Amino acid sequence: MYTQGLNELAARPLAAGQENPELLRRFEARIDAEEKIEPKDWMPEAYRQTLIRQISQHAHSEIVGMLPEGNWITRAPSLLRKSILIAKVQDEGGHGAYLYSAAETLGISRAELVDQLLSGAAKYSSIFNYPTLTWADVGAIGWLVDGAAIMNQIPLCRCSYGPYSRAMIRVCKEESFHQRQGYDLMLKLARGSAAQRAIAQDALNRWWWPSLMMFGPPDTASPHTALSVRWKIKRFTNDELRQKFVDFTVPQARFLGLEIPDPALRWDAERGQHVHGEIDWSEFQDVVRGNGPCNQDRLQARRDAHESGRWVREAALAHAAKHARAAAA
Amino acid sequence: MQPKPDWPLYEIFVRARGGLDHKHVGSVHAADASMAMEHARDVYTRRQEGVSVWVVRSTDIVASDPDEADALFEPARDKIYRHPTFYDIPKEVETL
Repeated sequence: MYTQGLNELAARPLAAGQENPELLRRFEARIDAEEKIEPKDWMPEAYRQTLIRQISQHAHSEIVGMLPEGNWITRAPSLLRKSILIAKVQDEGGHGAYLYSAAETLGISRAELVDQLLSGAAKYSSIFNYPTLTWADVGAIGWLVDGAAIMNQIPLCRCSYGPYSRAMIRVCKEESFHQRQGYDLMLKLARGSAAQRAIAQDALNRWWWPSLMMFGPPDTASPHTALSVRWKIKRFTNDELRQKFVDFTVPQARFLGLEIPDPALRWDAERGQHVHGEIDWSEFQDVVRGNGPCNQDRLQARRDAHESGRWVREAALAHAAKHARAAAA
Repeated sequence: MQPKPDWPLYEIFVRARGGLDHKHVGSVHAADASMAMEHARDVYTRRQEGVSVWVVRSTDIVASDPDEADALFEPARDKIYRHPTFYDIPKEVETL
C-alpha cells in the first residue's frame, strides 16, 4: 500500500530542462504512447529519483506495517484468526520484498535502502505510527487501511515504470484478501456482544481520520502532482482517490451499524458524492515529522531486528563462501 | 559510512503449471542458491503460483542493450514475407 511518496519528488532532481532534449522527447513520446519504461532504458534523472523515493517509501511502509498487526498475533482469539493474521503479515513482508526488488532495478542497493529507513532519512506511511490497542484494530486496519491502500494501488498497476507496475499487480491480487478478512472481522464484532460492538466502533473512531490522511495532502498543497501525472507515475490526484474511498466506505460502515466519526459527513445528491468534514492536517504533519504516538517504537523495532539479524546474515555468507571453496577444490 | 554489501541478487523464474514456460517474476537476495530457492518459494509462491522454480545469479544474465535494439530487431520489420498472411491464396484453394 502506502504511497505518500507519491506526493514528493526527489529533493534536488535535475530539472527537466537540464536533460538531453532529444532523449527527453523520445522518453515522453513513449510515455504518451502508454509504453512501459524498463530498467535499462534511458530515463530523466528526476523520473528515476522520484521512483526510487516512492517505491522505497512504499517498501518501507510494508515492512513497518507488519509491526502494528504483528502485535496481535499471539493474542488472536482463535487458531483460525491467528492463521489468517500470520498469513496477512507474511504477505506484507512479501510486498516489501517485491517492492525493494523493483526499487533496486533503478540502481540503488538493498543495503542503502534499509540504511535509509533505519537512519530515519526515508519516510514510511504515517498510518503505522498509530498503536493497535484492541483486537478490533486488526479488523479496522484490514478494512480501512488496506482499503485505502487498494484505492492507491490499483492505478499504480498501470504506472509507466515496468518493474513497479508488475510488482503492484502482484500486490493488488493479495490486498483484496487483506481487506476482506478485515471487514469479516469487523462484521463478527459488529454482530457480537455490546462489548464487541463497542471496540469495533472505538477502532473506527481512531482509524477513520488517519486513513483519510493516507492519501496525502490536498491537491492544492501537493505541487509535484503535475509532473508525476505527466510521467504516468501517478494517475489520479490525492483528493480524487480520497473521495472514492469515502464513497466506497460509508455504505460499508452503515452495513456494519457503525458510525463514521465525522458529524459533518453528508451525501451531496447533486454531485453524487459524500462530503466529509475538515481533515486535521496539522496532526498529519506532526506524525510525518516523527511525533506520532509510535514513531520511536516502530523505528527502534526495525533497528533491533536488523542488529539481531546481523550475525545470521554474516554467518550465512561465511557458510556459502566455505561451500563455494569446497566445491571449487 | 557505506552500508555493508548485500547478499548476492538472484533472479527468480516460476513455471505456473506443467506445460508452461518459466517466467521471470522478480528477484531475491540470498547467501547462496539453496537459500535463494527457499526465499523464492516464500516470496513468490505463497498461493500455489508455481510448480517449479529456477534461481539464477543476476550477474550471470547477459541482457541485450536497449541502445542496440534497432540494430537487433529492426531488420526483421521489412521481412513481411516471413508471415503467412503475406500470401494471397485464392478462396477456392482449401486447407492451406
